[in-house]
Amino acid sequence: MALLEVNDLQVNYGLIRAVKGVSFKVEQGEIVALIGANGAGKTTIMHAINGIIPKAGGNVVFDGNDITATPAHKLVGMGLAQVPEGRRIFGELSVFDNLKLGYYCKNDAKHFNEKLEEMYTHFPILKERSRQIAGTLSGGEQQMLAMSRALMSDPKLLLLDEPSMGLSPLYVSNVFEIIKQVNKLGTTVLLVEQNAKMALSIANHAYVLEIGNISASGTGAELLGNESIQKAYLGG
Amino acid sequence: MNFLVTLINGLSLGGVYALIALGYTMVYGIAKMLNFAHGDIIMVGGYTVLVALGTSGKPIFTVIACVAAIVVCCILGVTIEKVAYKPLRGASPLAVLITAIGVSYFLEGLAQIFFGTNAKFVKIAEMGILHIGGLSIGWDTVITLLVSAAIMAALTLFVKMTKTGRAMVAVSEDKAAASLMGVNVNAIITVTFAIGSILAAVASIFYLMRYPTLNNTMGAMPGIKAFTAAVIGGIGSIPGAMIGGIVLGIIECVFNSTPLAPYTVAIEFAILIVLLLVRPNGILGKKRREKV
Ligand SMILES: Nc1ncnc2c1ncn2[C@@H]1O[C@H](COP(=O)(O)OP(=O)(O)OP(=O)(O)O)[C@@H](O)[C@H]1O
Ligand SMILES: [Mg+2]
Repeated sequence: MALLEVNDLQVNYGLIRAVKGVSFKVEQGEIVALIGANGAGKTTIMHAINGIIPKAGGNVVFDGNDITATPAHKLVGMGLAQVPEGRRIFGELSVFDNLKLGYYCKNDAKHFNEKLEEMYTHFPILKERSRQIAGTLSGGEQQMLAMSRALMSDPKLLLLDEPSMGLSPLYVSNVFEIIKQVNKLGTTVLLVEQNAKMALSIANHAYVLEIGNISASGTGAELLGNESIQKAYLGG
Repeated sequence: MNFLVTLINGLSLGGVYALIALGYTMVYGIAKMLNFAHGDIIMVGGYTVLVALGTSGKPIFTVIACVAAIVVCCILGVTIEKVAYKPLRGASPLAVLITAIGVSYFLEGLAQIFFGTNAKFVKIAEMGILHIGGLSIGWDTVITLLVSAAIMAALTLFVKMTKTGRAMVAVSEDKAAASLMGVNVNAIITVTFAIGSILAAVASIFYLMRYPTLNNTMGAMPGIKAFTAAVIGGIGSIPGAMIGGIVLGIIECVFNSTPLAPYTVAIEFAILIVLLLVRPNGILGKKRREKV
């Protein structure tokens, strides 16, 4: 059974249907990419999976449990973490306190320290800045913090909504390296990205979203080689 | 010498305002609403003290009365949130404000039914005068000052050091992101109302020690002044509410000791208006970003 199964998901904003019956699967151990133009509904799908916005129809099964109606705050404890679009770090708290909040669902001082060290190894700058108020970090540093914060809970499935946003090219490849590494260590990844080329190059599977519907799917390599997809999303 | 006494007196009254202001500011910061009924919690605390004291003058009843006020106010604050405000989560701020005003009138009406409109005199405890270094200060003033300072210190530590405190800051910043961390936002809102109401109960005890008359609108004046204090400090900011309360208490006592005494309240609100012209977000206030 797939780790995440989204069946006929529908989401409305008022009278507007933003997601019109989307189905896809994320198998255990995979990296799955969701690509699409601005406004296609990618963030809406991520938030609906996580229960931050209500679903108008369909269901979501995670790790064998129907989580369609599960409140958002219970999911991270079940192993589903998200790096939301726009980072959404807690700007008034220190870097360290943000990481502590990433571990909020758990209670194990020793394991916490291990995870903390792991994050500091991924992103040494966060260790340097651990006492700094997070709101004063640079945009790229905030993105690293958002990613570390989500990884602190040791999730089975990590939802990433544009993790490369606002990062310089060097850090973009750094972040993608870390995604691959995290995945190798056993975390399944669902990735939304504007940087479709990068996303497809690391994805086992990918889905193309077009105004609320899935218009194409395949392995990352297949979609990378697909001519119409190259035209629409890969800049050539 | 006289000025020093006035200053200590002002700090003490400021401590009371700060305790009340904290309730306004924490609820505003976390539930994003003005709890108009907060002042009436003070009134309910006052009547609880009155009933619990009974006619006995024994000191043990003073302690029982204080504990009873804290328990009753805490339960009342949490219940009001559950019954009146929670169903309106996500409704327009105006609807929530009108509801809060309704709760306020409801509580005042209820008190009127049970206790009538005549003011009651409440003597919480017989306290002497402290003579120290040539100064004479009422023990009630000293105790108010010390206890409110201790409570504020404890609250600051709680917010900074505990898991729940961190979750409160997270919820005040970004509810959705906090819930992604596993924070149960509704539970945090409940905790916030509980803390705010407990602080109001303590404030009601100190307020009655200073002004021992009790009627069903006695919460209005300290409520509106503490709200002013919260706005002066920057609504939503915990240290802001403390500073605002203390500033207001000192201003009040200083002007009350001059021939301008009859105009003290007018002066306090004038200072609020001027301050808001200069610093629209209050002393420690920050501009807030609202997100889904
Ligand atoms: N809160 C909202 N109220 C109304 N409409 C919304 C809301 N949020 C999103 N939408 C609309 O829903 C559609 C999908 O938005 P969504 O944010 O999911 O797109 P996206 O694929 O993540 O785009 P991007 O790549 O720009 O992040 C858009 O047309 C958007 O305008
Ligand atoms: Mg998006």
